[in-house]
Amino acid sequence: MKKTIITIAIIGLFSPIIVCAADSGLPVSDVHIRSLAASCAACHGTQGNAVPAAKTAALAGLDKQDISTKLLAFKSGERSATVMHRHAKGLTTDEITALAEYFSLQAPHVAAPLTPQRLRADHAN
Amino acid sequence: MQTNRRDFIKLAAAAAAMGMSTASLPGFARASKPPIGRVVIVGGGYAGATAAKYLRLWSLGAIEVIVIEPNRQFVSCPLSNLVLGGSKTIDDLTFGYQMLQSNHGIRWVHDQVTAIDVDAKKIRMQRGELVYDRLVIAPGVDFIYDTLPMLQSAEAQQQVPHAWKAGWQTVNLRKQLEAMPDGGVFVMNVPAAPYRCPPGPYERASQVAYYLKSHKPKSKVIVLDANAEIISKKGLFTKVFNEMYAGLVDYRPNNTLVDVDVAGKTVKTEFDAVRADVLNIIPPQRAGKPAQMAQLNNIDKRWCEVDFLTYESKLAPGIHVIGDAVAAALPKSAHMATNQAKICANAIVQLMAGAEPDQAPVFANTCYSYVSDKSAMHVANVYRYDPVKKIMVSAEGGGVSAAPSEQEGSFAAAWASNIWSDTLT
Repeated sequence: MKKTIITIAIIGLFSPIIVCAADSGLPVSDVHIRSLAASCAACHGTQGNAVPAAKTAALAGLDKQDISTKLLAFKSGERSATVMHRHAKGLTTDEITALAEYFSLQAPHVAAPLTPQRLRADHAN
Repeated sequence: MQTNRRDFIKLAAAAAAMGMSTASLPGFARASKPPIGRVVIVGGGYAGATAAKYLRLWSLGAIEVIVIEPNRQFVSCPLSNLVLGGSKTIDDLTFGYQMLQSNHGIRWVHDQVTAIDVDAKKIRMQRGELVYDRLVIAPGVDFIYDTLPMLQSAEAQQQVPHAWKAGWQTVNLRKQLEAMPDGGVFVMNVPAAPYRCPPGPYERASQVAYYLKSHKPKSKVIVLDANAEIISKKGLFTKVFNEMYAGLVDYRPNNTLVDVDVAGKTVKTEFDAVRADVLNIIPPQRAGKPAQMAQLNNIDKRWCEVDFLTYESKLAPGIHVIGDAVAAALPKSAHMATNQAKICANAIVQLMAGAEPDQAPVFANTCYSYVSDKSAMHVANVYRYDPVKKIMVSAEGGGVSAAPSEQEGSFAAAWASNIWSDTLT
């Protein structure tokens, strides 16, 4: 939590383009980045906490420099990828920096397992 | 951010102390006990369940969220073609809603919507009524039987399944395939685009061919496509049909269905009649019934026009539409449905706090198709809001796999377990 306050304070101090959304108390950039970061959840889990057995990286709590270096290398083509180059090329450098920061600040934890069930007889389709 | 409500108040106070937002304390912090408003979500599929979770997460519990869903379980359409191929069962793709409800304090109503009173902001269900401050309609798709009236009845759909909403329909089609003799003909159609899951029918043809190749090699798959060509991952599927399943898949473009003889399992196109041993008809689609009840399906009388910053209907202020029901030049995929849900939830949280929604939403879509039990291939793209066109447009760098591979099969499995966990826990 302290980390979050400090981060927001730092963003607030050093970035002239980031302003507070009128009433929500969150900087506009956080509102933008949290939904972009949430888009990554399909492969990397909610807030970067991937399901343990999955063959995709858990991003929560990783070093922000590492994340952005990798994403920038995917973007430039310097590092080959199966899928990630398609995403990295579509992001701006600023978005990569902000995403790296966002995921580095998420607390890593083991995503709770979801257990499959027997399909009920009354299911509509 | 993993903040609770108390942290959020402290955070807001800290921000205020640093001169970031001294005008007022956040709306959420002020109204911490009674909710600042109620959002009712119609539909607990990928879009509706995701919107519910992220509304609770991002409002720090300050928005009351109620989901209305007639089914007790979530059954994933993604991966359901693998049930036809035989490498998954329907039970592998079926999950409960309990974790989603208890982890996020989401109220759940097991009922069916019967009417939506837009002016009174009221929803009628079979067993009660609910009022809302904002409504999110995530209805999925509804089948159109205007040109295929013979398939409207439940009995006809038992004989000729659509299997385009996963569940017993999928199980039924798999059983018919298992019972089909070697040398039998499996006939399926592809409706004219747009429909749910653009590569889905071609993935289905591949999965059926995968099963037949090892179990009933004298059999055949005939694909009658109403479109002029394969409309997703064209080069890849062409190669799969011609090489991996050579002699098994007979793909016929420009073949619109004009008649179906249900008992005789025969379909007529403009060109000829095709007799099947197992017949699978995927009807054309439109926005699901709750969207029709609120008369929001204004585009071609099928899909709902929305503002892509908020997913608010262009016809009804305060009502948002997400998922396959939206009129958009975007693939109707599960990942896209969850993206729309998140942009919508983010915007609603801002709007209910009196703040401006994100003016430049960006999201990614990754869609895998399995062509065997282990091999998959992707199409992936980033989409960003174009402020001039006011729609989501493809960003640079999108594209498809060079070829299907087992490595991508393992990524596709990771996609499934992560999107299920994101949507349902």
